[in-house]
Amino acid sequence: MARMGFFTDTSVCIGCKACEVACKEWNDVPDDGLDFLAMSYDNTGALGADTWRHVAFVERPRGGSAPPGSPPANGPGAGWSPAADLLPDAGGAGVRWLMSSDVCKHCTHAACLDVCPTGALFRTEFDTVVVQQDVCNGCGYCVPACPFGVIDKREADGRVWKCTLCYDRLKADLTPACAKACPTESIQFGPLEELRERASGRLGVLREAGVAEARLYGADEDDGVGGFGAFFLLLDEPEIYGLPPAPVVTTRDLPGMWRAAAGAALALAGAVAVAVLPRR
Amino acid sequence: MTDSYYGRPILKAPVWKWYIPAYFFTGGLAGASSALGLAAQLTGNRRLRRTALGAAAAGVAVSGPLLVIDLGRPGRFLNMLRVAKPTSPMSVGSWLLAAFAPAAIGAAASDVTGRAPRLGRAAAAGAGVLGPAVATYTAVLVADTAIPAWHEAHQQLPFLFAGSSMAGAGGVALASTPAAAAGPARRLAVIGAALEVGASRVMDRRLGELAGPYEEGRAGRLAKAAEACSLSGALLAAVAGRRRPTAIAAGTLLCAGSLLTRFSVFRAGFESAADPAATVGPQRLRRPR
Repeated sequence: MARMGFFTDTSVCIGCKACEVACKEWNDVPDDGLDFLAMSYDNTGALGADTWRHVAFVERPRGGSAPPGSPPANGPGAGWSPAADLLPDAGGAGVRWLMSSDVCKHCTHAACLDVCPTGALFRTEFDTVVVQQDVCNGCGYCVPACPFGVIDKREADGRVWKCTLCYDRLKADLTPACAKACPTESIQFGPLEELRERASGRLGVLREAGVAEARLYGADEDDGVGGFGAFFLLLDEPEIYGLPPAPVVTTRDLPGMWRAAAGAALALAGAVAVAVLPRR
Repeated sequence: MTDSYYGRPILKAPVWKWYIPAYFFTGGLAGASSALGLAAQLTGNRRLRRTALGAAAAGVAVSGPLLVIDLGRPGRFLNMLRVAKPTSPMSVGSWLLAAFAPAAIGAAASDVTGRAPRLGRAAAAGAGVLGPAVATYTAVLVADTAIPAWHEAHQQLPFLFAGSSMAGAGGVALASTPAAAAGPARRLAVIGAALEVGASRVMDRRLGELAGPYEEGRAGRLAKAAEACSLSGALLAAVAGRRRPTAIAAGTLLCAGSLLTRFSVFRAGFESAADPAATVGPQRLRRPR
């Protein structure tokens, strides 16, 4: 079975949040609160137990300046170009608006899965990472283990929840709900190999058009988590979108941790031995 | 100033409650006490053996409920033994406890009742051998997360927890054993407190900027209080540990220091997780660009 995943091309995201809604509807994800967060158009905030797709809205001031009331730099009649909206310094004032639909990365080396003591988190036949809700006992270990802050505990329920990459839909040969609902194909679903090819093509097009800041995030198999099953095309530094710039699966250092613990355990045993040695 | 998404944390805060650092203390106390109990058994110190085995049994008896209560689904606690995963320190710990708890409780029960003395000695030996692992695996448990103040301290935390466990176990044994038999407990308490304070200082230095939570704020205050308790307890144990009232005071201070150390580490993890700069800063430095 080919590894399936998402390619989220943020350069065509229009911030409609259809993915958030479709995900909630299909997966029966409970309400995540009705708060006004004063973060641009983002009142969702972050991924969590009850938010499996999250559209970030980033407003970055543009380099140039223009008197108040002047027409937008890339508005009608101002020499519109499809790439100009994506440029950090397209001239003119106002903000450059970055929108990105975040989701569980379905890491190749998934910390949540590694540290899960019950085996509730498992890797599916599609190479995605899913919680078996009938097994999870709510120990919460996966929550601080995730380098992206994706998985979380649903308090009223006691178990942890996150994106399943619509495991049930995949089994029925259907596209995940968010990708199905996305009106601009910002969220693309398919075999990961194919998505990576498509993404590098898209990156080339954007670079050609002068969008020098465009970069793929999570498409590299040599990164700290072995590449993402759900990767992104971003238009700025990852941290601007609330993403860690160079995440590493915590269990990569686990052999060293066990060695340190063995040393400390031996030190304890040695100290006890010294303490009981007969005195003169 | 590190860029972030509206200053929001990148990582999720742990969902663990106070039961978990309380368990780090009781489990560490039980682990180090059982090692002390075995040492007392091997050297024929029966009074120290009794108090150390008693402390180990009491510590582990409290630990189980603390761990089960913290689960989101306590009824499913046995799922911990559904698989054995070396990549999960919690799985390793569950199996360790599954072997350690019956041994520690059995050894103490045999000692108190006088029944099955041979089995009791074997149980004390088993618990004593597993004890150091029980006392230190919890450091790996917190270090094996994405939280910078925990993960980046993974070389020092096991020694911090080992020292803290020894100080606690030495303190309890010192306070509850007649002075003539309590010499090893006094020495263990002093060595443990020294290791606890030393490891904590080394950890702060190695962490550099990431040490912030251990030095300031609530976790920082807990760390300072822990150090004050541990050092004064050790000093008291060393100079006046042979007198009963001061031995009890020293044991209390050592236990308080040990407990506060675990709460400080626990709290520091929350503060570190909440700070996006702690996550982004070190990652930016190692990113090839």
